[in-house]
Amino acid sequence: MSSAIVHEPSSSDSAAEDPVAPTEGLPPVQRNLGVWSRVRRNVSAQIGAALIAVIVLMGVGAPLLSAWDPDGINPAARNKTPGYETTIRDDDGNKVAYRALMGTDTLGRDIYTRVLYGARVSLVIGVSVAALSVAIGLALGVVAGYFRWLDGLVMRFMDGLMAIPAILLAIALVSLSGASLTTVIIAITIPQVPTVVRLVRSIVLMIREEPYVEAAISVGTPTPKILWRHVLPNTFAPLIVQATFLCGSAILLEAILSFLGVGMPSDVPTWGNIMAEGRSLFQIYPHMILFPGIFLAVTVLAINMLGDGLRDSIDPRMSKQL
Amino acid sequence: MLMYLCRRIAAIVPVVLIVGVLVFLMLRLTPGDPAAVIAGNSASSEDIAQIRSQLGLDQPIAAQFFIWAGKMVVGDFGESFFYKKTVASLIVDRLEPTLALAVLTIILATVISVPLGALAAYRQGSWVDRVVMGFSVLGFSAPVFVIGYLLIYVFSVKLGWFPVQGYQRLSDGFGGFIYRLILPSITLSIVYIALLARMTRTSVLEVLNEDYVRTARSKGLSSMKVLVRHALRNAAVPIVTVIGVSIALLISGVVVTESVFNIPGLGRLTVDAVLARDYPTVQAVVLLFSLTYVVINLTIDLLYLVLDPRIRY
Amino acid sequence: MNAPVLDVRNLRIRLPAGGDRAYAVNDVSFTVSPGEVVCLVGESGSGKSVISFSVMGLLAKALEIESGGIALQGENLVGASEARLRALRCTRMGMIFQEPMTALNPVMRCGAQIDEVLREHTDLSASMRKTRVLEMIRQVRLPDPERMYTSFPHQLSGGQRQRVMIAMALILEPALLIADEPTTALDVTTQAQILKLIKEMQQTKGAGVLFITHDFGVVAEIADRVIVLKHGSLVEMGGATEVLMRPQQAYTRMLIDAVPAHDPPARQPIAETEPFALRTVDLAKSYNTISLLGRKRSVAAASEVNIEIRRGQTLGIVGESGSGKSTVARCIARLIDPSEGRVLIGGKDFASARLDQLHAMRRKVQVIFQDPYRSLSPRRTVGASIIEGPMNYGIGREEAMQRARKLLDILRLEPSALDRYPHEFSGGQRQRICIARALAMEPELLIADEAVSALDVSVQAQVLRLLEEIRHSLNLAVLFITHDLRVAAQVCDLVAVMCKGRVVEYGSAMQIFTAPQHEYTRALLDAAPGRHFAFAQAGAAA
Repeated sequence: MSSAIVHEPSSSDSAAEDPVAPTEGLPPVQRNLGVWSRVRRNVSAQIGAALIAVIVLMGVGAPLLSAWDPDGINPAARNKTPGYETTIRDDDGNKVAYRALMGTDTLGRDIYTRVLYGARVSLVIGVSVAALSVAIGLALGVVAGYFRWLDGLVMRFMDGLMAIPAILLAIALVSLSGASLTTVIIAITIPQVPTVVRLVRSIVLMIREEPYVEAAISVGTPTPKILWRHVLPNTFAPLIVQATFLCGSAILLEAILSFLGVGMPSDVPTWGNIMAEGRSLFQIYPHMILFPGIFLAVTVLAINMLGDGLRDSIDPRMSKQL
Repeated sequence: MLMYLCRRIAAIVPVVLIVGVLVFLMLRLTPGDPAAVIAGNSASSEDIAQIRSQLGLDQPIAAQFFIWAGKMVVGDFGESFFYKKTVASLIVDRLEPTLALAVLTIILATVISVPLGALAAYRQGSWVDRVVMGFSVLGFSAPVFVIGYLLIYVFSVKLGWFPVQGYQRLSDGFGGFIYRLILPSITLSIVYIALLARMTRTSVLEVLNEDYVRTARSKGLSSMKVLVRHALRNAAVPIVTVIGVSIALLISGVVVTESVFNIPGLGRLTVDAVLARDYPTVQAVVLLFSLTYVVINLTIDLLYLVLDPRIRY
Repeated sequence: MNAPVLDVRNLRIRLPAGGDRAYAVNDVSFTVSPGEVVCLVGESGSGKSVISFSVMGLLAKALEIESGGIALQGENLVGASEARLRALRCTRMGMIFQEPMTALNPVMRCGAQIDEVLREHTDLSASMRKTRVLEMIRQVRLPDPERMYTSFPHQLSGGQRQRVMIAMALILEPALLIADEPTTALDVTTQAQILKLIKEMQQTKGAGVLFITHDFGVVAEIADRVIVLKHGSLVEMGGATEVLMRPQQAYTRMLIDAVPAHDPPARQPIAETEPFALRTVDLAKSYNTISLLGRKRSVAAASEVNIEIRRGQTLGIVGESGSGKSTVARCIARLIDPSEGRVLIGGKDFASARLDQLHAMRRKVQVIFQDPYRSLSPRRTVGASIIEGPMNYGIGREEAMQRARKLLDILRLEPSALDRYPHEFSGGQRQRICIARALAMEPELLIADEAVSALDVSVQAQVLRLLEEIRHSLNLAVLFITHDLRVAAQVCDLVAVMCKGRVVEYGSAMQIFTAPQHEYTRALLDAAPGRHFAFAQAGAAA
């Protein structure tokens, strides 16, 4: 739901160095040195990463974890509650025991299996949106931050894009261009781009004022090399954090689109679609919404926890950006 | 002072213009005849012809934009062929529930989150801090519709304390109006509380490290006075900024919450209009929401004048 | 003898584990009597601020008092309750801080901030409080008290803000005033006024003052007694004149020696035949702001600057903050584009050079910046930073590394430094690395923009000596930008004094320091702390 996650610097680090502390003579703690050891010690990041690993394994190993077809309709077993057991005939006519771990939906499809396959869609969308928006945002942000004459143009455009609520923009884009994986990814990416552009631009603006960049200018380093050597490396850490949060919010956004019926085609097993189907009967069969809902929430929670952990480990001031 | 006002207002002009262009292009760039798209599936060929002449489709695209923009400015959003009504009247019908939900949510969220965030900052590292922060991560990871259905299931279906879904207009009684809004606004405010509490905590923590807070302590003020009079007062600008920026978040939440609770507001209207391919309505609502966002953020910019005496010109 | 206001006994404060030493303050004892000014002197990391904060009870949570006692008028403060400490603050001990810019609450009117002290600690009525606050504002010699009362801090200058702080700290006439580097962030002329005010207030109120500073010039101005600290331990303690004239400890002597004398040493004049490395002709920089109505307003940061430097010569530009001295430096280095005038380097105009010509000319002008912590990229090794420039001009990596090694040797740094990262070096070492980076370009003109201002005095002296050596051996022209007259006196052949964007006086260092013509120069010289004091080894650098 956090289509516009607001990033703030985590203060766990900054507060530790009280102004009164006698750090005057000691060199300030370096950014990014020992970041990974700090990430490894961060409980939040660890829990997040572990949960994400489980969900990735679930998605990848879906065919191994369930013997059933996510699209297999069984009219005899519609709207069954979790734990329902029966025997059905497989393709060769043999009787096989079937147990609906998470019940079945209105068409008798196995919710457990659909949830497993749903993880794939969510993860693919989350990762693609994060990668795409970071790539586009990085390019635009560097341009806006370093080249003054393009700054106004790019940023006004981004302001305009930001003013349109993400979900409405996504809904409109999907409904106009027809629902498919590609259009959903593009539709979710576009509203995310401005946040990345703003972040990158603010970092570039900050770094270009650093004396070491001025020193590079005065030793004759050409602009492209300055961007590549001195400016870009400073954006990586905060962008990794930002990409994590974007991934989480993209997954939520996709689920919302599916849930509202304007996302992926309704027969594709996504968590949002499974819930959308359960909407009308949720008072009697809450499991249809409960299970995919839990998986969705846990996935996003895991990603956000990882993001939080990363941000706390990386220089907190760097991610101070709305 | 006046200059600042003028400049801020002047600065939103390009933004509004860009929003307008984007919304306009949204429809024009789709393949096929825009007139047919606008008329929808149930339209007759006369309808389509009428729309075509209205939009001036034979003219260059820039001219078409100005025709369209001119109509938008005077509030002529066109006709919904699906609802058989003008879009303007449709929007007026649906405004009240959305406004009520949004306002109640902002009030609820601010009242709960600001003290929580300040407390967490003040007791940084304590269990209060950890609970607030834990809740905050949880809060903006949980999808609105999952929270909504969970609340309905527990409080309406199981406990029977609240009606399952629906909305009561203000004119039909204030009690019922609020009563039916309680669950939806709690649902919607959770994300908002999570976000605001976290931002408040961060801003207050940052301010607590400032020299003037140390000065305040060196005067012998109690911690509470330092926190409220000096820290929170200075943290107000970033907090208010976040309230403004996250209006976008709120709008997204409204769309979903209205669907979950079956509230006949603008959010529902958008989804229904999209599903019915009723594009003039979609365009108008997107434009309206975007302008609301711009105007609210402008108001907040102007509020800075009151909150921070350093901003003067 | 009066009973001391403050009695610090065997104070020991532990640093959090993992620091470079176990104690921030180690077994320090001293007293402050009523009506005397005691200066705590030390370089950064000496623990002088930690002591002052521990007296106020404002110590960071990470630091704890392990043993020892702090008695305020006989009352032990170590282990006193938070409520008791609060009651004592501002009533019996007041404090003023280093940064007047950030020490006042920006969203609260100055009057209200002073008034807050009275509200907290007295039962006076609102109107009585206001009278009292206005009277105090008058006492600290702020102009127009009524207006000051309703002003916000940002509407005041740095010196005025520090006066508000003093008013706040002294309004309840505490027995002890702690001043933590209260003038370090101020310009010299303002510094002199604030020092005078503190001295005056202390005399009229009879308070004991604990004054923290790193500057022996300031010590000479204000101290009755001096305590020298190093790495948290007490090095030397005694009467001000005694310590300044006859320091017993080598460390104290080193600190005093490092204070640059005011009189310029005799310098070998540079032959008129040496070519000009730099000449500026009517150099100006102004910033345009266009108002909404299209009216252009132009603010001149620097105008009509005409200076000349020959090879082997050092020209100092001296000025207070906002005088435009850094603007001039940045224009000359073409880090910003000048609005008018010419910058002639080797006869060619650098100011109007096009991008392609610029590249060739950049090599000749190199800059050393003020902040040693920000002027090296934290992600690149020292070697990579030094060879970046030569490689931009087509020199091969091996040759560039060779050159870098040679330069490090000249600058007394280990060759192994090339493979290390900047954070492994101290401020002084980093500044030397920056000099190496500049020299690797084999420039004709070296611009040092407040290059030693961020360094401790002892390190400052060392870097200055190195710069002198290099100038001499490489026959470099140096443009030395500084706010510190004493430093300029030591290293410059010529001095240009800037004020409000203009050069108000320009001449040989000897003439400027011994026979200043312009009244602003005279005011600057007069305000320099410790000017009238004959230090133990005045002119040691000569």
